[in-house]
Amino acid sequence: MKQLTVISGKGGTGKTSITAALSILSGKAVIADCDVDAADLHLLLEPEVRDSGDFSGGKIARIDQSKCSRCGLCVRVCRFDAIEDFTVDSVSCEGCGFCFHVCPEGAIVMESTISGRWHVSGTRAGTMAHARLGIAEENSGKLVTLVRRKAVNCAEDEGAVSVITDGPPGIGCPVIASITGADLLLAVTEPTVSGIHDLERVVGVAGHFHIPVLVCINKCDINPYNAGLIEQFCDERGLAVVGKIPYDPEVTRAMIERKSVVEHDCGAVTAEVRLMWDKIRPMLQE
Amino acid sequence: MVIAIASGKGGTGKTTVAANLAFMLDDAQVIDCDVEEPNAHLFLKPVMNTKETAGLPVPVVDESLCTGCGRCGEVCQYSAIVVIQKKVMVFHELCHGCGACAYFCPEKAIREEEREIGIIESGTAGGLSFVHGILNIGEPMAPPLIRKVKERIERGRTVIIDAPPGTSCPVVETVRDADFCVLVTEPTPFGLNDLELAVEMVRKLGIPMGVVINSCTIGDSGVREYCEREGIPVLMSMPWDRRIAEQYSSGMLMLRNLREYREHYGSLITNIRAELSRDETAHCHQR
Repeated sequence: MKQLTVISGKGGTGKTSITAALSILSGKAVIADCDVDAADLHLLLEPEVRDSGDFSGGKIARIDQSKCSRCGLCVRVCRFDAIEDFTVDSVSCEGCGFCFHVCPEGAIVMESTISGRWHVSGTRAGTMAHARLGIAEENSGKLVTLVRRKAVNCAEDEGAVSVITDGPPGIGCPVIASITGADLLLAVTEPTVSGIHDLERVVGVAGHFHIPVLVCINKCDINPYNAGLIEQFCDERGLAVVGKIPYDPEVTRAMIERKSVVEHDCGAVTAEVRLMWDKIRPMLQE
Repeated sequence: MVIAIASGKGGTGKTTVAANLAFMLDDAQVIDCDVEEPNAHLFLKPVMNTKETAGLPVPVVDESLCTGCGRCGEVCQYSAIVVIQKKVMVFHELCHGCGACAYFCPEKAIREEEREIGIIESGTAGGLSFVHGILNIGEPMAPPLIRKVKERIERGRTVIIDAPPGTSCPVVETVRDADFCVLVTEPTPFGLNDLELAVEMVRKLGIPMGVVINSCTIGDSGVREYCEREGIPVLMSMPWDRRIAEQYSSGMLMLRNLREYREHYGSLITNIRAELSRDETAHCHQR
């Protein structure tokens, strides 16, 4: 079983639209939505939840006021300025437990927080693992890891050939959690100065973890000169450009109809995404 | 006055709004907190005059003093320091720099050393002052770098902060303590879904907010209806215009060339000020 993760660096380049389309074309992959703090894939694939559970990311401190002697040691050791008036601010607390260990009165407890929910669902494209991170919660990297594990378990149970993962934007912890152990990455970029800048950084992260990357240039006709620069960059790095998708407002209409671009006729976009899948599919076979 | 520009969904135009808003304000300070993928400099083209490394304190164990007692591993919540068969191992990428291991080591065998996680550059672009952080490649933790970038905020000035996308810890770290939050969205199902999440986050932080709808001539009416229902002011609506996309794609500051949109940003500033004074009045009444 092979794992493909769709990433981008820059947000809004079309990761989710492309993940949905590839999942539909595959027909038998297990899907994972790892953009857990702004998940959108469910809007296109309309999952029917089969199994769910709470996700506890970590612990945060709470001060038992009846035991607290107000000595102030906890305030002094906390590097996250999370304690004010002997009350812990749950947004600032990083759960390091320094205060818990240092409190001479034993007045501080570390409590598990429920910071999200995971789901395994049936969709018309196949089984999907997804999640919702609690509002303003930490540990999205851990939740990503959990979603991917659920997806891999489902793929093994079903004998699926591949897992297709929609990754988050950026290059930090949830991205690293989304690509670690993946066999192949598809970086979706756009021919803008930001798109190029961010592609270079996310390709750097892929290199850091030694994972091969394919590149898709979305909205490639918005700026043909920059599209050329991306091809040149990919050529220099030995990265294959597997898709060049034109801009078409029909893609937005497909989204409004809750359809992927291979289920709603988006003309050249649909044709180009199909061609791209034909190039990726052989790489996802054992 | 600190104004954070955030979004939930990526690619809706946060950086465009932040850069053009700053351009209109002329003497503002711009802080790019999207340290994973900083882009504001591509449009404002600041001349940088300082560059500093930013680090996080991580433990260094003096093995000649260490007895392998395992106390450090017990107190570390992140498994960043573990003791196996009396041998200490440190995993730097997992360390949040809380300092507990060094404090509790009975032999005082642990000292802390700064480990570089990124750099902070600052400079000027015309009358604007500019600061951004760049997270090192392969580095997982953005929030500590964001904290350090935000230490450069000059509170007396009008400060525009460009936030990362999403709704989790890097965004919370960026947006908290702001006086106002502008949420940039687009009128699509993805835009709406992520806007709802972002609104919940900003509410949890207790910050007044308003919405900017980009590409308002495409898509559907879901975002507008949602804002009306929730009583969230729409501060500005920008039409979809191929020229805006083209300007953006080549790193041009839109308002420099497409002057007809300056009026939009003028009203955006007026609307933000109106919301801020409304919020102040509300607070006075509460007191």
